[in-house]
Amino acid sequence: MLHLSSWMTTLPMMLIGMTGILLVIGFLVLVVMALNCLTRRK
Amino acid sequence: MNFWNTFAALFSNFGALTWQMVVMWGIGALLIYLAIVKKMEPSLLLPMGFGAILVNLPASGAITQGDTVGPISALFEAGMSNELFPLLLFIGIGAMIDFGPLLEKPWLMLFGAAAQFGIFFTLFLAGFFFDMKDAASIAVIGAADGPTAIFVANTLKSQYLGAIMVAAYSYMALVPIVQPPVIRLLTTQKERRIRMPYEKGNVTQLTKILFPVVVTVVAGLVAPASVALVGFLMFGNLLRECGVLNSLSETAQNVLANLITLLLGLTVAGQMTADKFVRPDTLLIMALGLVAFIFDTAGGVLFAKLLNLFLPEGKKLNPMIGAAGISAFPMSGRVVNKMGLAEDNQNFLLMYSISVNVSGQIASVLAGGLILSLMA
Repeated sequence: MLHLSSWMTTLPMMLIGMTGILLVIGFLVLVVMALNCLTRRK
Repeated sequence: MNFWNTFAALFSNFGALTWQMVVMWGIGALLIYLAIVKKMEPSLLLPMGFGAILVNLPASGAITQGDTVGPISALFEAGMSNELFPLLLFIGIGAMIDFGPLLEKPWLMLFGAAAQFGIFFTLFLAGFFFDMKDAASIAVIGAADGPTAIFVANTLKSQYLGAIMVAAYSYMALVPIVQPPVIRLLTTQKERRIRMPYEKGNVTQLTKILFPVVVTVVAGLVAPASVALVGFLMFGNLLRECGVLNSLSETAQNVLANLITLLLGLTVAGQMTADKFVRPDTLLIMALGLVAFIFDTAGGVLFAKLLNLFLPEGKKLNPMIGAAGISAFPMSGRVVNKMGLAEDNQNFLLMYSISVNVSGQIASVLAGGLILSLMA
């Protein structure tokens, strides 16, 4: 059986999921850059 | 007369054999063939293949029959229904991964995120054919990461665990076949020849130690449902990087990972009984798994091409490295490097592609967690 109306749930999930993962990873990138700066050998 | 009846009863099990069971024997034999002859993920496909034959014998004592508990069913209850096996395996995987090169160039992590597009696109597609929990479980095949796929499918109580596992591990093994055509389709020869000289950066031990802790905290705050998965992966990595637990790190990388892998394949095979596996849904799941891998690859490559629009000449990225953001480690990184060398024998992309590949490991776990959070 086809769930033709599923896109109304899955499309927002796709957008939120991709935005979410890019934001989380983006935040991790910033944290690692900060860690690299803070712990850099003089 | 009694003698003949008793003698005939010895062979009565033959009558209980169904064609679906024979099909499963064929699938089991195929998995064993791929493992031994083609050397595709042998540590998983071989136990899975043998297990598929073992559990598809009529009235097989390897799985629960009536009130008699079978050993594979017992293993499933002990280590899979509570997600213990995939979590323990992640300690071993975490201990194996060197995040050092990635930490030198943290921006490469963005490709790991972009290459999870296949998961969310497959969720969109699978939603048309399956209920939401099964669709989400099938989508996570695109994580290209067996333990995450098992964890999500188990947590969501998907009825398709066996098919999802077979699809996830088969496509991981087939990365060298699946990815190159997609990469070639999306890139020009000029783009594939872009050289990216590697300059080694500096990462202190303190950063390497703090990284797993930070990732666990961030992942736990964003996707608490998957914090165990991220946490166990990062715990394994902390064992590796802390510098004072080398023997535990080696045990996690070798003994623990091997032991769990051994049991994992057989236990997954317990879900490959003919009644659950030989049905049209399985073919659809395999097709959706392929879609997930293709769109993961496309997501990474297209993200790199997008970045290139804003980068000056001479600083452009080779878009092929985006494809390594899929978490199939280290196959995907190697495939990209090999493709780079095939276009230009002085184009060494390995350090970049492996770093992106490692980031895909983190991103796929996070994506699995996000899926669980979105389904909650």
